[in-house]
Amino acid sequence: MDFASIIQVLDSAVRLATPLLLACLAGLFSERSGIFDIGLEGKMLVAAFASGAAAAVSGSVWLGLAAGIGASMLFAGIHGLASITFRGNQLISGVAINFLASGITVLLGQYWFGLGGRTPALEGAARFEPITLPFAAALQDVPVLGPVYYELISGHSILVYLALALVPGSAWLLYRTRFGLRLRAVGENPAAVDTAGVSVLGLRFAAVAIAGILCGLAGAYLSTALSAGFGREMTAGKGFIALAALIFAKWRPWYALMACGLFGLLEAIAIRYQNIDLGVMMIPVQFTQALPYILTVVILAGFVGKAIPPRAGGQPYVKER
Amino acid sequence: MMEKMPAWADALLVPLISLLIAFVISGLVIFAIGENPADAMKLMVTGALGSTYGWGYTLYYATNFIFTGLAVSVAFHASLFNIGGEGQATLGGLGVALVCLLIPWPHWSLALLGAVVAAAAFGAAWAALPAWLQAKRGSHIVITTIMFNFIAGALLNYLLVNVLRPKGSMDPASARFPDVTNLPGLDQVLGQVGIPFSKGTPVNISVLIAVAACGLVWALIWRTRLGYQIRAFGKSEKAAIYAGINPVRITMVVMLISGALAGLMAVNAVQGEANRLLLNSVEGAGFIGIAVALMGRNHPFGVFLAAILFGFLYQGGAELALWTKIPRDLIVVIQALVILFTGALDDMVRRPVEQVFLLLRKGPR
Amino acid sequence: MGAQSESGRQATAAPIGPPCAIELRGISKAFGPVQANKDISIQVVRGTIHGIIGENGAGKSTLMSILYGFYRADEGEILIGGKPTAIPDSQSAIRAGIGMVFQHFKLVQNFTVLENVILGAEAGALLAGPLARARQVLGDLALEYELDVDPDARVEDLSVGHQQRVEILKALYRQADILILDEPTGVLTPDEADHLFRILRGLKEQGKTVILITHKLHEIMDATDSVSVMRRGTMVATLATRDTSPEQLAELMVGRKVLLEVEKGPAQPGRLVLDIENLRVRDDQNVERLKGISFQIRAGEILGIAGVAGNGQSELLEVLGGIAYGTGVVRLNGTSLDLTGHHSDGQSRRAQGIAHVPEDRQDLGLIMDFTAWENMAFGYHNAPEYQRSWLLMDNDAIRADCARKMARFDVRPPNPALAARSFSGGNQQKLVVAREIERNPDLLLIGQPTRGVDIGAIEFIHRQIVALRDAGKAILLVSVELDEIMSLADRIAVMFDGRIMGIRDPATTSERELGLLMAGMGEEAKGAQ
Repeated sequence: MDFASIIQVLDSAVRLATPLLLACLAGLFSERSGIFDIGLEGKMLVAAFASGAAAAVSGSVWLGLAAGIGASMLFAGIHGLASITFRGNQLISGVAINFLASGITVLLGQYWFGLGGRTPALEGAARFEPITLPFAAALQDVPVLGPVYYELISGHSILVYLALALVPGSAWLLYRTRFGLRLRAVGENPAAVDTAGVSVLGLRFAAVAIAGILCGLAGAYLSTALSAGFGREMTAGKGFIALAALIFAKWRPWYALMACGLFGLLEAIAIRYQNIDLGVMMIPVQFTQALPYILTVVILAGFVGKAIPPRAGGQPYVKER
Repeated sequence: MMEKMPAWADALLVPLISLLIAFVISGLVIFAIGENPADAMKLMVTGALGSTYGWGYTLYYATNFIFTGLAVSVAFHASLFNIGGEGQATLGGLGVALVCLLIPWPHWSLALLGAVVAAAAFGAAWAALPAWLQAKRGSHIVITTIMFNFIAGALLNYLLVNVLRPKGSMDPASARFPDVTNLPGLDQVLGQVGIPFSKGTPVNISVLIAVAACGLVWALIWRTRLGYQIRAFGKSEKAAIYAGINPVRITMVVMLISGALAGLMAVNAVQGEANRLLLNSVEGAGFIGIAVALMGRNHPFGVFLAAILFGFLYQGGAELALWTKIPRDLIVVIQALVILFTGALDDMVRRPVEQVFLLLRKGPR
Repeated sequence: MGAQSESGRQATAAPIGPPCAIELRGISKAFGPVQANKDISIQVVRGTIHGIIGENGAGKSTLMSILYGFYRADEGEILIGGKPTAIPDSQSAIRAGIGMVFQHFKLVQNFTVLENVILGAEAGALLAGPLARARQVLGDLALEYELDVDPDARVEDLSVGHQQRVEILKALYRQADILILDEPTGVLTPDEADHLFRILRGLKEQGKTVILITHKLHEIMDATDSVSVMRRGTMVATLATRDTSPEQLAELMVGRKVLLEVEKGPAQPGRLVLDIENLRVRDDQNVERLKGISFQIRAGEILGIAGVAGNGQSELLEVLGGIAYGTGVVRLNGTSLDLTGHHSDGQSRRAQGIAHVPEDRQDLGLIMDFTAWENMAFGYHNAPEYQRSWLLMDNDAIRADCARKMARFDVRPPNPALAARSFSGGNQQKLVVAREIERNPDLLLIGQPTRGVDIGAIEFIHRQIVALRDAGKAILLVSVELDEIMSLADRIAVMFDGRIMGIRDPATTSERELGLLMAGMGEEAKGAQ
């Protein structure tokens, strides 16, 4: 494996990690406020579909992005309604949202475009094109640092840079602002927030809305940046891997960046090196495909330290009588 | 303190209203994609229930859903959400294929026995690790079972492509099982007692096993010591420990039973219908089991009824896909809406119904 | 203040003297068919400590919830400083100058003290400013009122007494003029309670008004200037504290003469039943909770464990009941109990003759959604008389057994098919007590037997415990209510910080001496009596 291949794999890893990171941050806000969200997959999927469809029809990727965020927020709203207003089972709501997304995207896709559930291929202004950072082309030939800057750091679409910026942004929001303090409090002890005269429901809905926006970004990225259009079931479990990354990251923004980076890297390796021939044995492609899930189980088995979720997570808030 | 509404309302009325809402919204979706909901409904009913042919398919699907629905509902009694039915049924299919292909059975009844044991064992085994991780390490069973679904898919893919595929065949599928292992269809069973039934449907003797399973699960949960402990544990783990009920043991046993039930679905699908192991033998039945358990309020009789409902939806959906432009994914949407309304938005239906009963009670002063 | 009458309605008197900090007029609140508050009227003078006393279910909590904006009263009005004030939510209550210190603290465990104090009262969108300001204010308050707390400490690392100070600081930070405290001393040692009352007196001197909700008569007598008695949703009387007595208050609370003592003959201890040597227990965080306990209980005697909650009593019950593990030697009727392995569970304990009425009946002792008859088999689901065959249980037999026990223990309503949550606290407790006592155990573990139980049921349960003792059984009684221990126990062991500070005879000891032991002061301090 030479240097150029390493750069390519890392480059690919960054592109693959981006939707994971966005979805992971979405889950972070939601779960920190006490609302479990296993519907990240479904929200990403509808967003991917809505973006792909809107971008194809309008020719503008920005309209696509808006549509994606809108669709994701709609589904987030359903989850919020079920979990917060009607105090329903949050896990079941998440499962339902995943199914709903799965079915309705193909249904509408077939009805609108007749392509078997896909949206038309996107090109030009209907996609997020890679952005070349200043001086990248000029520095390309500098040994080691040049390719790193040109290939790995520069040349990604804007959503990648946005996702990276959202990490310190989320940390700032959570730990340095009044909103963040209240959000974290409501996931640990909603009664404390309620008796302080702050609306528990309001905070939780805000968190769910933020999750909707971030999943919208993740889904839009899938269909307008990573690929050129929506395909059936294109999220392929990424929402669940993002969830696992969240647990691995112990619900902290900077750790989330590392976890998603790792999983992105794994996926990049799996795609590039299908059946891996190690001489003594062959690692079948199905194993590498299953590896993220296997690793997730290993993580969940707690062999990498205890992950303590927000204390009030998953429990609907009922005023004490 | 008075009960807010009578038990029958809780068990029947609320789920029915939720179902109605799900159907109405589905009707709107059908309307939105340019079809007539009433026509669609009529087509579904005649296609699924209008003939023994339709019933054959409906019951075939229902059999799958009874098994997966029972699997989810048993786990629910212990407050465990087993979303891994899909993976457990996949492994069950593997078990069925191995016994049918590798053991020379003299008669279908023995092959059936072997398949039942294998399917249950493999299904249980696939549920064992997530169960152990939840019981011993606190790993959330929802996430681990979702992961295991994906891993099962990858495993099946690998085995079908590299191990079980007969030489020269391009399909990722196993060889056909020997004819002696084929299960008698329901038409043959009913024929024994003089009832005519359509020949060309996949419904087979497994449907009787499914019904028996309903009875056995009922007895298990409400009449045995194990069932008592399961229910107590499901209500409160802390209290269960006080009473000397072992949380690890109960979690493991419940998940093993749940996995076994999900695995049994493969007897119907793999041995009863396909007669070989395919990549998509399970085809979403594991997830529908969730909807069935929720609608059926985790009671075997409710599961039975809900399974038939979903069998009707499946067969009706197939007819729709055949005769109209409505894709089969509509069924996924309906399924999702049912899960949403009976599972998560339960209170949205329950509260108004409670209000109505409260008013009725206050009524004549 | 007002006069009381048998019907319970307060005679209204024209307000005279200094203006009232807070006045309630005709407050009523119903939840469905239950009338939690009925026509409540109180006047609380500014700069006084006013007590509100009543049994469980008397309506105190509902009243306080209305004052704090959690509920809206159906009728009546609230006047703050003479002005009618609407309190539709907590924000309004805070704005009106009401601060509430809850029985169960509303603190975020993994936040610091400062973060908890500013939560909801942050002036500004960023945190840096409010945190600095709060630090300043907390420093001032600490000096003024003896409310010292480390502002940067995480709440979960603080003692209960200190956590309560954070609650008070929260209210004062928001410039509360009226402080309401709901059962504040339940989790405090006598010394911490004294400190609290000093703080309250300091607040009073600064012109603040304090409302103290409690069920402890001696606190009313010691700390309050005036007291209101609530019974079954109504305000029965409001009196100046110096004009009344504990006996009068108790009678007003209950509506009849209350027997504060249990009738019991002398104990006749027999053979050794329970022998504990050097029992040690660690909790989930590996902190040692029992630090080498040794004691014995004989047949026919009640050993009472006194102490403030959280000093190891719960762990003691848990180890003996098979819920927790430990090290050391525990012998029951001569046989060593397994403390760490497979036979350390509830089933083994029951098989060996230990029955357990847990401290929290709703959390541990009962499955609230199960029916009464299902609960009667709880813990005894393997009992042979409850089985029909090796596979199936005999639900009819269990139902019949439940009906019998409900009759014998006067559980109301005597309907085995009712869900446990449909019974009142006292009847729920009677169900649990019936189940455990009727198993004829050699050793009965019983924790907080009368918490949340009405007086009639309390008397019944106490008599049952004494009857069991007289039948030659050994009883380990854990209670935070010192009067209960002193009237029931034959010997009293005081626990503090995971150790037994001393064993006393109730006939020769006093509440003062026990209180000192409970607070960690050993034999040397006995002279202070």
